[in-house]
Amino acid sequence: MTASQKEGRANEPLLEVDDLRTYFDTPRGIVKAVDGVSLRVDRGKTLGIVGESGSGKTVLSRSIMNLLPKANTIREGSVRFEGRELTTMKNKEMRTIWGAEMAMVLQDPMTSLNPVTKIGEQITESLGIHLNEKGKVAKAHAVELLKSVGIPAAERRLGEYPHQLSGGMRQRVTIAIALACSPKLLVADEPTTALDVTVQRQILDLLESQQTQRNMGLIIITHDLGVVAGRADEIAVMYAGRVVERAPTRELFARNRHPYTEGLLRSIPRLHQPSHSRLQAIPGRPPDLVDPPAGCPFAPRCNYAQDKCLTETPVLAPHAAGHEAACHFPVGTTAGQEALARNVAAGRTAAGTPLDSTVLATAGAA
Amino acid sequence: MYVLRRLPSLIATLLAVSILTFLMTSLLPGDPALQILGAENATPEAIAAVRAELSLDDPLPVRYLHWIGDALTGDFGRSYRTNEPVSQAIVERLPVTAEIGLLAIVIALAIAIPVGMLSAYRAGTRTDKVISSTSFGLLAVPNFMVAILLILIFAVWLGVLPATGWVNFTDNPVQNLRSALLPALSLAIAEMAVYTRLLRTDMIATLQQDFVTMARVKGVSNRRILFRHALRPSSFSLLTVAGVQVGAIIGGSVVIETLFAVPGVGRLLLEAVLVRDLLMVQGVALVIAVSYVVVNFTVDILYSYLDPRISHGRSAARV
Amino acid sequence: MSTPAPNLGAPHPGVTSELAPADGLIAETSAAAAPGKKRKRGFGVTFWLATVWLVVVLICAVFANLLPVKDPLVPDVLNKLAYPGPEHWLGTDGLGRDTLARLVHGARVSVTISVTAVAIGMVVGGFIGIIAGFFRGKLETVLMTIINIILAFPALVLLLVLLAFVGRSLVVISLIVGFLSIPIYTRVARATTLAVAEREFVRASRTMGAKNSRVLAREILPNVVLPVAAFGLVAMGVVIVLEGTLAFLGLSVQQPAPTWGGMIFDGKRYLSEAPHVVLIPSIAMFLTVLSLNLVGDSLRTRFDVRGSNL
Repeated sequence: MTASQKEGRANEPLLEVDDLRTYFDTPRGIVKAVDGVSLRVDRGKTLGIVGESGSGKTVLSRSIMNLLPKANTIREGSVRFEGRELTTMKNKEMRTIWGAEMAMVLQDPMTSLNPVTKIGEQITESLGIHLNEKGKVAKAHAVELLKSVGIPAAERRLGEYPHQLSGGMRQRVTIAIALACSPKLLVADEPTTALDVTVQRQILDLLESQQTQRNMGLIIITHDLGVVAGRADEIAVMYAGRVVERAPTRELFARNRHPYTEGLLRSIPRLHQPSHSRLQAIPGRPPDLVDPPAGCPFAPRCNYAQDKCLTETPVLAPHAAGHEAACHFPVGTTAGQEALARNVAAGRTAAGTPLDSTVLATAGAA
Repeated sequence: MYVLRRLPSLIATLLAVSILTFLMTSLLPGDPALQILGAENATPEAIAAVRAELSLDDPLPVRYLHWIGDALTGDFGRSYRTNEPVSQAIVERLPVTAEIGLLAIVIALAIAIPVGMLSAYRAGTRTDKVISSTSFGLLAVPNFMVAILLILIFAVWLGVLPATGWVNFTDNPVQNLRSALLPALSLAIAEMAVYTRLLRTDMIATLQQDFVTMARVKGVSNRRILFRHALRPSSFSLLTVAGVQVGAIIGGSVVIETLFAVPGVGRLLLEAVLVRDLLMVQGVALVIAVSYVVVNFTVDILYSYLDPRISHGRSAARV
Repeated sequence: MSTPAPNLGAPHPGVTSELAPADGLIAETSAAAAPGKKRKRGFGVTFWLATVWLVVVLICAVFANLLPVKDPLVPDVLNKLAYPGPEHWLGTDGLGRDTLARLVHGARVSVTISVTAVAIGMVVGGFIGIIAGFFRGKLETVLMTIINIILAFPALVLLLVLLAFVGRSLVVISLIVGFLSIPIYTRVARATTLAVAEREFVRASRTMGAKNSRVLAREILPNVVLPVAAFGLVAMGVVIVLEGTLAFLGLSVQQPAPTWGGMIFDGKRYLSEAPHVVLIPSIAMFLTVLSLNLVGDSLRTRFDVRGSNL
């Protein structure tokens, strides 16, 4: 690769996802796990993807990484990594990108390390594949990597097995493995969910500092808005396989527009609230992705739902610079307030969900 | 050390197995003295003399201690029929059975490992379905049927391998292998089916593990993932079952050795059983049972090398 | 690359794997990873074909004397080793006896031995296993130690010794094989009981103060019987093969009563001149064992509480 090519690529976004769809053909029918998602990540930036389990965020991450099996899977749209189209790439080509340019950290460090292989071997493996480092060179590099992710007595750890490490240490090891060949993009899929609360923060700080040092693009996938609150540059909220709201982090927390985002924000405990104030859970469950109902997929759980929401699927519409939301009656707008007032007056939403006046009292307070 | 920690249970099992062998052959109906003498010579005095000589009138625990004490020094007594020392007969025939059994296991694993892996790797495809149903079908074929089919094909129709007989390895290594091949194959087919199915199931589970995804994301080639990352974690139950299946191979060797006229321990046991040669039956049964227990103990030790979680003291989810 | 997609690192939507771990991807696409629901409702053609074959074998065994077949013991001396034809539908053996008739009557031995042995093993072993799995504690330790020691002994060796010294009528063989199969049923029944006893409805009923006997009879037993019975079907196949093996060793029911194993053993002599004498009973035995495996396996997958506790 010549310098000029590198320059040329530097002008393009690092990762650009355009109208990506991933459907699974199952005996129950077509599962629309990812249904038309568009995203963009730049160098040195962090994108948070937030959604509850079943929202398709994990499938999205695997689709971006091009990791899904081809059989019984329908994929449309495009994923461009530095201008290169990944969706049409064969596994053989992907292997030069996996590990070298794109890397991944998975949710559970217990299961994402091979239980019968020594830590050292698991780290040096990708060094050998992509950087052609062998023997002592590779070993020294591995020690350096372990030190950089904050693992004490790194030399000794190389000869140990994963079960000899604590959960937090293991996750540090998987991060060291992911960072081994200095990738340009790191996808972290629920990187802290399986960890103790005290360790979660350390791991997130580690990811953040490594990202800054390496000017890496970072995607953090989580079900917890709190995880990405202070760290992500931009947040995309996913629901039922779609992005329902996308905004710079500050903007999203200040002026969320989608009722689902509002619900997520309300379920985060806050310090300034009096103790014993009740956290509000979002009622109901995410919809079945096999036969999604017509209209807005969130309507059955939404306090704002009107007749229109049951028939017409909303599309992402701009609200401010870089802020989009897919809602007919967005939160914090006149249309939204009127919709909510109508529903409270009727005692139920258009979808039939019962409502009481406490909703009105807390509306907009978040 | 792991071996030392497991040792007490090994000794206890061996003890239990020896008692079982002894009881089994001692509590059976029929007077051994009568059988030794034959109906025509069985005067009451002669019977009493033989019973005294064999200490048959002592209480059972005393007889057991005598018997096991002698057995530990390698003395199993003499055959009623041929007067040959039991230990000598066993020493002569054990290598034959061991060779055939080992060859069978090697053949079975050599085929089952690649085929089972392929089946898992291509899970859900036509290749997988063909492999799965073939191995399922093979489970329903008894070893004597396999043996007859093999004889029909290789000895009767093609005439390339001998149908019966045995050549010692020291006499002629090539002929030895030729005479061991069909018996070993007969034992191997069913084992192969068992191993293939087991490995396929475990491998499919392993390939869905996060660490396999991690390996892919590292850019590791499929071949390397299969052999370096997935095979070892998928082979725990394969190893265990291979140990347990040694019992099936020992049982099978009784039939197969008889069918192929091979002078092994299995045939020795059958012949002894048919003529009620009590001491021979006891000796052979004890040796077979002890070998089986020792093999499974060895498998247990190997297991701890395969899975570092065990030797480091944390008990992984095991049966 | 025209090769089919490899199945690495991600659940394959086409695979029905009970062992699928709770991987994030599977959790999110549970619909995609568990395509079983619809397919499991029906059993498929092979299952029913196997069932039909088993019913045919059963009818042969029960009504052997009433069926319009020749006498299995009367030789047709002019037609020794005859190939299948209009006179003898499946040919004759080395003495000129009708193969079809011998197959039909031989089914009687296979069915009697396997049903008796499996019944004994299932009732006694099942009982011990349920007791061990339900009451746990010292009782379980003692019972399972004994069971494991018996299992530490190659079964065929035990069987041979017992048979040689006890005798070998149909009844004795069935009893001994049944007795020897007790340990394995004990393990299956115990594993299933352990799994069932952990389920909410059993816990609930125990917490609400139901008597042990009531919990055993109303909650445990009905849930353990089906998996154990499904296992019993597969075990019947094993017993049929075992009878064949004994016949081969000259230790099964005495001649001239026809048994499938005995027919294969006798026919072996004529392997070069008349392989069909061996092959026809072999195929009958193979189909029966295969059918038992198929039916047993399908039922076991359906009734499986948790198969991995064995």
